[in-house]
Amino acid sequence: MENKIVLSVNGLSVAFKMYGKGFARKELRVISNLNINVRKGEIIAVAGSSGSGKSLLAHAILGILPGNAVVSGEINYCGTPLTEPRLRKLRGKEIALVPQSVEYLDPLMKVGKQVSADKAAVKAAFERYKLADSAANLFPFQLSGGMMRRVLCATAVVGNAKLIIADEPTPGMSKDLAGRAMKHFRDLADAGAAVILITHDIDLALGYADRIAVFYAGTTVETALASDFTDDSLLRHPYTKALWRAMPGNGFRPTAGTQPYAGSLPEGCLFAPRCDKKTQECTYGIIEPREVRNGEVCCRYAS
Amino acid sequence: MLLEAKNIKFGYNKSRLILNGVNFGIDYGERVALIGPSGCGKSTLSQILAGYLKPQAGEVLFDSKPLPRKEFCPVQMVYQHPEKAVNPRWKLRSTLAEAWTPDAEFLDDMGIAPEWLDRYPAELSGGEMQRFCVARALAPQTKFIIADEMSTMLDVITQAQIWELMLRQIQQRNIGLLAVTHSMELAERVCTRIVRFEELT
Ligand SMILES: Nc1ncnc2c1ncn2[C@@H]1O[C@H](COP(=O)(O)OP(=O)(O)OP(=O)(O)O)[C@@H](O)[C@H]1O
Ligand code: SF4
Ligand SMILES: [Mg+2]
Repeated sequence: MENKIVLSVNGLSVAFKMYGKGFARKELRVISNLNINVRKGEIIAVAGSSGSGKSLLAHAILGILPGNAVVSGEINYCGTPLTEPRLRKLRGKEIALVPQSVEYLDPLMKVGKQVSADKAAVKAAFERYKLADSAANLFPFQLSGGMMRRVLCATAVVGNAKLIIADEPTPGMSKDLAGRAMKHFRDLADAGAAVILITHDIDLALGYADRIAVFYAGTTVETALASDFTDDSLLRHPYTKALWRAMPGNGFRPTAGTQPYAGSLPEGCLFAPRCDKKTQECTYGIIEPREVRNGEVCCRYAS
Repeated sequence: MLLEAKNIKFGYNKSRLILNGVNFGIDYGERVALIGPSGCGKSTLSQILAGYLKPQAGEVLFDSKPLPRKEFCPVQMVYQHPEKAVNPRWKLRSTLAEAWTPDAEFLDDMGIAPEWLDRYPAELSGGEMQRFCVARALAPQTKFIIADEMSTMLDVITQAQIWELMLRQIQQRNIGLLAVTHSMELAERVCTRIVRFEELT
């Protein structure tokens, strides 16, 4: 396997300018110091807390954040910065997005046309996702949730994308269909694409992804090998372990508390308020990522 | 029966019926999981059971009476796609107030930050918005919840938390539950009975 890094994101921060009453204005930082990279031929799954910045990362890469967003840090595509003019050329072609929100489909356009203007390409994509040919003539509101997701997947992957970012592509799909969608991403990766797969379904992702990046409160807390998710002793960060224990198949035991809200982030480790391993050392400074057992982790005590 | 569907027929266009004579009943104290392939009509049936869609034939009875048309419906739904269940031009405070006004403790239990009330749906993540939809559905007048793939947009910890909270409310207040899901593990954890869609016709 070739090891060329297709996308690397270094020290990404995203904040929103929020306008309060009167002229009060504050910046709400929702992503801080986030790092992630993905190689040719690789699927990296991004899992983590709801509201941890997964979708915003996707939007930042594609340059489609709302106007009040302030972005800093580096986003490199094939070794060079992903600038707006470059993005304009690559978006929807070399770089494809499967969006999380079904609102991205045009409600007034038949879905077949939205997948591609090329009839043969539509037919092939529909076949792959087990959609009936006749579905091409339906409008989005006539589709079920699971069908809509399959249309979104089909739309994003008809071209020859080198980088595919799929934001929660499988909710509403049965196990069988979700597996097929995953297999398709795997095939695309094996054919040379780099895939970022954002998902809450860790169980499903584990069968297809190479690595898993775990997000919490706007930053990467751990990057693990998919094979580490077989036993919680192989995982490095206390939050990742907590995720593991909450999976329906592994106990369904939720850790108490919530992710800290943007605007009131604690000093030091962002997971500290919920962590039973925390000490005084965890409550100040920046906790830099370290390499631990072929993975990366942001925790003072992980080993 | 607490909630009952009798011989329901429904199609989005005349040529093809999606539901052709569906019979389904959920008894007092039951928590039922409904599973079935994508696009088979589970969500359509859910919407009919909640009174959002009118069937072309058949009837839905709640506590042996038809669902009320005008007042607050005792059967509340939580959808798979929260962004489709809220008005994009309303702040979340208004969306919630339409159903009820929960106190600070309830919001805290749901993991809803007070500041989020003053945001628009586009300013929240999918999972954050789903917590509002769950909070809205748990209004005091609610007697039955239909959760259509409610938790697939949430991380597993939040999923387990929300279900824990939901089950606590359901048990304390004697609320009925129908959970549409693709996850057998979840169905087994949460429900007292599992029904396959194919068995209903
Ligand atoms: N336009 C916006 N203005 C202000 N805050 C925003 C905006 N969009 C998103 N946020 C906040 O940024 C954070 C990250 O959002 P994001 O949508 O990336 O989460 P996510 O990880 O994709 O979550 P989920 O798993 O629930 O989809 C959230 O706390 C959200 O409230
Ligand atoms: S740095 Fe400290 S508080 Fe944070 S996860 Fe590690 S042990 Fe817990
Ligand atoms: Mg998201």
